[in-house]
Amino acid sequence: MSETAQPTPPQSAHHIDVKEFHPRARAAIHNPQIRQNFRKAMDGLMTKRKSAFEGWDLEALRDLGANIRLRALANLPDLLEQLEQKLTENGIKVHWASDGDEACEIVRDICIARDAKTVIKGKSMVSEEMELNHYLGEHGIEALESDLGEYIVQLADETPSHIIMPAIHKNTSEISQLLHDKTGTDLSNDVEYLTANARLQLREKFMNADVGVSGVNFAVAETGTLCLVENEGNGRMTTTVPPCHIAVTGIEKVVPNLEDVTGLLALLTRSATGQHITTYFNMISGPRKADEMDGPEEVHVVLVDNGRSTIYQDDELLDTLRCIRCGACMNHCPVYTRVGGHAYGTTYPGPIGAILMPHMVGLDEGRHLPTASSLCGACGEVCPVKIPIPDLLVRLRQESVDGDKLHPAKVSGHGAKRGAMEALIWKGWSWMHARPGLYRMGTSLGARFRKLQPGKLGGWTQYRTAPKLAAKTLHERMKERSQ
Amino acid sequence: MVDPIKMYPAKPSKVYFYATCLVDMFYPDAGMAGVQLLEREGIEVIYPEDQTCCGQPAYTSGYHDEARAVARAQLGLFPEDYPIVVPSGSCGGMMRKHYPDLFKDTTDDVKAAEIAGRVWELTDFLLNVCHIKLEDLGEPTTVAMHTSCSARREMGVAEVGPKLLGQLKNVNLVEQVRAEECCGFGGTFAVRHPEISGAMVSEKVDTLVNTGAKDFVTTDCGCLMNIAGYAEKNHKPMDGQHILSFLWERTGGNRSKP
Repeated sequence: MSETAQPTPPQSAHHIDVKEFHPRARAAIHNPQIRQNFRKAMDGLMTKRKSAFEGWDLEALRDLGANIRLRALANLPDLLEQLEQKLTENGIKVHWASDGDEACEIVRDICIARDAKTVIKGKSMVSEEMELNHYLGEHGIEALESDLGEYIVQLADETPSHIIMPAIHKNTSEISQLLHDKTGTDLSNDVEYLTANARLQLREKFMNADVGVSGVNFAVAETGTLCLVENEGNGRMTTTVPPCHIAVTGIEKVVPNLEDVTGLLALLTRSATGQHITTYFNMISGPRKADEMDGPEEVHVVLVDNGRSTIYQDDELLDTLRCIRCGACMNHCPVYTRVGGHAYGTTYPGPIGAILMPHMVGLDEGRHLPTASSLCGACGEVCPVKIPIPDLLVRLRQESVDGDKLHPAKVSGHGAKRGAMEALIWKGWSWMHARPGLYRMGTSLGARFRKLQPGKLGGWTQYRTAPKLAAKTLHERMKERSQ
Repeated sequence: MVDPIKMYPAKPSKVYFYATCLVDMFYPDAGMAGVQLLEREGIEVIYPEDQTCCGQPAYTSGYHDEARAVARAQLGLFPEDYPIVVPSGSCGGMMRKHYPDLFKDTTDDVKAAEIAGRVWELTDFLLNVCHIKLEDLGEPTTVAMHTSCSARREMGVAEVGPKLLGQLKNVNLVEQVRAEECCGFGGTFAVRHPEISGAMVSEKVDTLVNTGAKDFVTTDCGCLMNIAGYAEKNHKPMDGQHILSFLWERTGGNRSKP
């Protein structure tokens, strides 16, 4: 295999060893609280999604969603240029970041220029990807999460376990205990009470924050509009109360025009939380104008690449970039439901994480991610933009073992999972199964000496009895029948 | 993932029977039942002797060169234009959906695509091509059904099993909760991630037992091996059978002798 043409993965300040998926997954499997929290939450989300799409031609809507995203991606470079131009015309300052670190530096420099000491944040997975809070903290700038889930996760010094519901791994009593320990609220299982208290604490922070940082759900090229979907109002506060707003977004979030947003929005909220519409839908089109009463003086957009342009160069992997971050794939994933988000050790967990993260951390680090699936296809079935997730998982499995000479692997860190023993087993397997006579002889012998079959077969018989070889193969029985 | 529109062929006089390696070695009764059901519908069954495995285990493990070598050995088995019927959604899905990808950029691409277009999951074929009418001769019983993920999502036959079972007047089909969730088999997944797979199958067995049924049927031997193997090892009151064996036995066929 060639050692050349391996693009360097974007540098990430990941502190978690992504490779250690197995021990983390095992720990989660044996943690009844984790199992129960996820099962209950995912069951609820699946039911809500299903009922939200009742009465809709879901397939037609998914086709629409896929086509909108495909069209946008087909013209991505042009759309990004158009977006930059329109945003600039609207008075929004545009920045480009090739990776997470560069994006962090841009945010820091904006903060320094404004002498900003405190940043209030709306929910943004790209900022998680950048590990922005940590970075700003190191530079003396306090970043406080204002999305309730993110706030909880931040108080617990954890990372989000789900891209839409960051604290879904905790139940109410765990959250109550955490809020009690960290903020002094009374212990309570009354969600309203807990929420009201958190809101009170956040209100004050909003009023005093120097900068607001948010994510972006859709960036509209035609009008230079940033769309932000949220339920708590913290997104609106983040983007309007502080004197400066910085939106961070992946470069793939651009869509050609406002009409495209309607289809994607209908799919996003229903797929994510089973809502027909969220409580807030923000359309940000520039800083405060001279005759306006409120809004930020400055608005910035940081367009983050972080591996996306490399994904973009491959016709098949490109489909990864269709994602609108609804989280439906994880809600429906039987593996995610069992192990939870933290087991993956990545910013994006679950099926979308398994196809996206190898591009961000390298396929050597992320070698186990594409294997963490039974390829049941539930993710692909519910994906609102029809990303063929199982096919992409298989593609990455192939890349991780350099398994296809006809289509040499491209992803950084490819081939790292190829072990001499496993490769030899598959070679032997292939050799025998490509030779029908040999196969018949082998299977006949197996049937004849089936009593000698080992009773223990590694991980299989840890949970199940060994499959029993039949006394005669079907080949033999069909042959006898024809005679 | 599922073809939006399936173009079922007219009922043919002959079919190729592609048994799959699991049926060949572990569940030949299911294969025999499939053959006999087809024959009872007046179809001549051709069993290519040189069939081995569709190549899926290597394919989903990423070893595409090895998968292609095995799959290529199957491409020559179906010279006439008869349908190819497979008693498995998983192996059927491999041939129908993934062969064209596997042979892309090779000299076998046209052949692979042509063969892929002729592959049918056997219960789908019995119901929608043969228009089979089943007469139930068995005692009243209650069963649950697990449709494999590939049968459901790659071959689009989730409705087929229940419809066939619905023709059996003494069979009470009960549905487990989360019926569409994977049983945790996933081929090499069960060995690579034994704990996760174990957690999945344990919940699957619980939901099946909770239906009150003592038996389940399934479209795929991988799921059968997984679910029944878990139930056996953990002494759960749940026994499994391939749906073809069940249909054959209920309608007068004898459990064929090994």
